[in-house]
Amino acid sequence: MARYALRRLLIAIPTLLAISFIIFALLDLAPSDPTANLPLTIPPEVREKIRLSLGLGEPFVVRYFKWLEQFMINEPLNVLEQWTGWTIGDSENRLRVLSWATRSPVTDLIVERLPQTLWVVGMSYVIAVLIAVPIGVISAYRQYSLFDQIGTFISMLGFSIPTFFTGLLLIVIFSVWLGWLPSIYDTTHVVRDWDSFVFQVKQMLMPTMVLALANASQISRFMRASMLDNLNQDYVRTARAKGLRERVVVLVHVLRNSLIPVVTVIALGVPTIFGGAIITEQIFRVNGIGQLLIIGIEGADIPLVQTLTFIFAILIVVFNLIADLIYGMLDPRIRYD
Amino acid sequence: MAFDSPKAGETLVRVADLKVHFPIHAGLIRRQVGTVRAVDGVSFDVARGETLGLVGESGCGKSTTGRAVLRLVDATAGRIEMAGTDIASLGSEALRRMRPRMQMIFQDPHASLNPRMTVGSIVAEPLSEHGTLRGSARQRRVEELLDAVGLNPSFANRYPHEFSGGQRQRIGIARALALDPDFIVCDEPIAALDVSIQAQVVNLLEELQERLGLTYLFISHDLSMVRHIADRVAVMYLGKIVELADREALYGAPKHPYTQALLSAVPIPNPKVEATRRHIILKGDVPSPANPPSGCRFRTRCPIAEARCAAEEPAWRKLDDGRHVACHFAT
Repeated sequence: MARYALRRLLIAIPTLLAISFIIFALLDLAPSDPTANLPLTIPPEVREKIRLSLGLGEPFVVRYFKWLEQFMINEPLNVLEQWTGWTIGDSENRLRVLSWATRSPVTDLIVERLPQTLWVVGMSYVIAVLIAVPIGVISAYRQYSLFDQIGTFISMLGFSIPTFFTGLLLIVIFSVWLGWLPSIYDTTHVVRDWDSFVFQVKQMLMPTMVLALANASQISRFMRASMLDNLNQDYVRTARAKGLRERVVVLVHVLRNSLIPVVTVIALGVPTIFGGAIITEQIFRVNGIGQLLIIGIEGADIPLVQTLTFIFAILIVVFNLIADLIYGMLDPRIRYD
Repeated sequence: MAFDSPKAGETLVRVADLKVHFPIHAGLIRRQVGTVRAVDGVSFDVARGETLGLVGESGCGKSTTGRAVLRLVDATAGRIEMAGTDIASLGSEALRRMRPRMQMIFQDPHASLNPRMTVGSIVAEPLSEHGTLRGSARQRRVEELLDAVGLNPSFANRYPHEFSGGQRQRIGIARALALDPDFIVCDEPIAALDVSIQAQVVNLLEELQERLGLTYLFISHDLSMVRHIADRVAVMYLGKIVELADREALYGAPKHPYTQALLSAVPIPNPKVEATRRHIILKGDVPSPANPPSGCRFRTRCPIAEARCAAEEPAWRKLDDGRHVACHFAT
């Protein structure tokens, strides 16, 4: 398995290089001007100088390789230095990927915003899995029962109603009409005691639930379908013939086998957590990664958008590999040597 | 009861008027619009130590009968007595405690073993659920069982997909034997195997029967194999048993026209005899068990059917030689 993982990681290098080139080229070809948002009083020749100072005067290939060097070599070295306190080479003058809009290193911006995203979006994903698995199991075990019908109905709602609608609906109900929950997520809030903890839970509740509904609908459908596949298998009849308790038959035999495809789906969904929920974060004013990406796109902050998009690409490649490895661990019929 | 078995031993399993009906749901609100009468009034006895063969074509209800006898599907009506206890009406916990005494060997050895469990844990699971064996004693029992079915005990740590069909069927047999059952339903245990492996598995079953005093209900559509292994044979057609007789009597002189047709379809391995032999070829298809014919169920395909057969259902009669037939004209 280690050899397989190593081989996959080696294959990932050319894949990611190709992706990085495509991302860079696409954003470079897109008609956008980093000076467009500046005041109109700035004369064109000054604008041209600003563009040159951002490095836009260089040819495309030079800019691509410089960005690649900054992202692949300089930034990792920088992170390493910060963790260990070492000094490697000329770290003062090492050029980092800088955001055009804020002039600060892109990595620092991402590190600032990652905790909010991980808390809200990550929590919603955990909740979604915790809700979806039991619902899927019960729905399949009692197929066409009232529970199953209601579960199917709600997951259809979760599937079909976009988060910008459920988000606004919840704000109208719980913030505007009832006034129970804040509609804006306060990032500066610090949990010190019980009351501030309660406030933190309250402000996380709505964005988390909006995302959990969407994710749980998907995962519970996968879970249900996978359970139904396995419930009718002969080996389940064998388990009953052994005289096992029904609970053991369902939870040990059927559930364990049914989880194989579901775990893959869950693992492949993890990169979207880091990607943040662009729309939901925007609605609830959670200043996470998703919102950072929106700001970057609006301000034509190409280095920021390139870097974020490329990080998502890396996460997707990595979690694809993780999903495959989990598959191999869960299913003895799959061996990677 | 009427069906005394040829071996004078005590009756182990007694099935009386067993019915298994499945509802058919259709339409917008999934109303019940009919019933499939998969098994519709089946009665037989199995004596301790004997093998009762159950034959019939696909879809006649053989497998459903076998599963209902072990309560793997619930019976709609009828009694199933296992050593005096009526298991048809038993609650789930009481039924679970009966499970060690009655086991099943399944048709498809590829699907009937949990793909994520090792062979050892498949065989050991019933032991830990019902038995008192723990730790190394249980391990030894698993090895003993694998050895008994002709598998290398060191295979215990492997997974089912690493074995051939015949080996997997042996694993299924070891699993069924784990709790020392009295009664085993063999549901087409050889149908999914290569012909070359079939004989091995059947011989293993016979050898185990002799050694452990097992009682079999052997379900098969392979008439020659049933002739080889069974003491008595029951022939099923569309949810009912049409003839039940000693092996020699049934194969020698079948009385029911359906049995005659079935047996005439079995080729004889002698070209001269085979060329001159009379074949009874049944016309038409098996009617739907959701809407069986009136009177005798076989009348739509029977070569000797008369008007009486449509009006009157043939009684389950005992003939002079001790066999049972459900046909107006059998003597």
